[in-house]
Amino acid sequence: MGSIPVDFFIDRFPLYLEGAGTTFTITVLGTALAFVLAMVIGVLGTLRNPVARGVASFYTETFRGIAALVLMFWMAFSIPQITPYELDVTFAAVLALGLNVGAYGAEVVRASINAVPKAQTEATIALNMTWARRMRLVILPQAWAQMLPTFGNLVIELMKASAIVSLIGVTDLTQVARLQGQASGQTILAFGSALVMYFVIAQVLIVGVRLLERRANRRLGRTPPAGGGLLALLRPPTVGATATGGAR
Amino acid sequence: MPLSDTTGAPGPEAAGGPLIRFEKVVKRYGDNVVLRELDFEVAAGERVTLIGPSGSGKTTILRLLMTLETVNDGVIWVNGDSLSHMERNGKLVPANEAHLRRVRKKIGMVFQQFNLFPNMSVRKNITEGPVHTLGVSKEEANQRAEDLLELVGLKAKIDAHPTQLSGGQQQRVAIARALAMRPEILLLDEVTSALDPELVAGVLDVLRDVAQTTDITMLCVTHEMGFARDVSHRVLMFDAGRIAEEGTPEQIFGDPREERTRTFLKAVLETG
Repeated sequence: MGSIPVDFFIDRFPLYLEGAGTTFTITVLGTALAFVLAMVIGVLGTLRNPVARGVASFYTETFRGIAALVLMFWMAFSIPQITPYELDVTFAAVLALGLNVGAYGAEVVRASINAVPKAQTEATIALNMTWARRMRLVILPQAWAQMLPTFGNLVIELMKASAIVSLIGVTDLTQVARLQGQASGQTILAFGSALVMYFVIAQVLIVGVRLLERRANRRLGRTPPAGGGLLALLRPPTVGATATGGAR
Repeated sequence: MPLSDTTGAPGPEAAGGPLIRFEKVVKRYGDNVVLRELDFEVAAGERVTLIGPSGSGKTTILRLLMTLETVNDGVIWVNGDSLSHMERNGKLVPANEAHLRRVRKKIGMVFQQFNLFPNMSVRKNITEGPVHTLGVSKEEANQRAEDLLELVGLKAKIDAHPTQLSGGQQQRVAIARALAMRPEILLLDEVTSALDPELVAGVLDVLRDVAQTTDITMLCVTHEMGFARDVSHRVLMFDAGRIAEEGTPEQIFGDPREERTRTFLKAVLETG
């Protein structure tokens, strides 16, 4: 084989890079939508108001149960038939992925808020804080550190699921691989290169989330063990058990 | 340094109605009746210690006053306002959040487990309440934090993180945090129970200071009988959701009338 794999990849690198850029963009936009939905719906799910809780559980149950792929097809091809509007296919993909992953994220937000010790809420009541201030100043900053590891997984899931856009003609990483495979007949190399690039994007996302995790833990007074560095960010963090409270 | 907005120095015998009044208060958790038609009053400026075996309802009384729980029956009055109801168009209706926030303004609480906010420095723990709920300026809140940390002997720790403090230091910060809200009523819920023995004295000294230098009304649940004797005007002995005996510290600790009080004090003093 010699240098054939390397040559194949180097020749087509700009194309792959462009595809990876599209994948990355869809991932970032989908994540942004999923994040907003997860926060809003997740917080609604923690309220005592039955209407708020009903809206939250309707959303999560509906969009967890719908395949993102089918939702994307429906939005891209059915909406133009039933309305005078046509959705940009990339936008349809972002919407489908965001709605789908947002439903999982909302459960993470809800569970993380509920996992903040009740004593913290009681302390905010003793300081006569309003619900909004309690959430913003005390509960969400503490829940945030809990959410991040699972959010990291969801972002990577979303990135991988973004390959569905190749089915509606968007030239993402998967589409580039398929076209190059067909054109060159080198299927193994064409898809192998895409696999490597997906892996690299995932590592970039992981490092990003781990940096946020470190920052969140530091704010809670939990310091990571010494010997950190870029490589250490690729390993799951080991801090988290040194919360406050309790006598010493 | 004025720690409370209460003016003058009304002692326990002060004229006017009681600051706190429990009227036939019933609190149940499922089938477990914690408070049975409890009646008692606390005057402004009075320092009352609640003693009794665990499960006798002492902590529940503080939690009801802080509006962390609601009564099943009866009424709790704070300065003439009910904690469960409010008046609207001449009718009594269930209290809403705005009403509760108005009543709560007068009350502060220190918890057994400190409950400092781990996402904030010591300074922020103390200033967030005054800034966000009392509308005090940042400068004023900072000044209060510095003064109060001086009082509790932790001025050097103002920018430390709660995790960098010992349990006793955390509890002293929690006391400063409660006082920064300038409450008329301070509720102390077993504030030394979670501490190592050698850290207890520091916290109690701070509270003795607060008792001596301010006229804050205090309700204190504690097993520290020496502290109760030193600071309180009145001691209430609870048993099974009722007041078994009440009196001055001298009387309760020196010459308890009820057998239940005697056995309880004997047990506490032996283990303590």
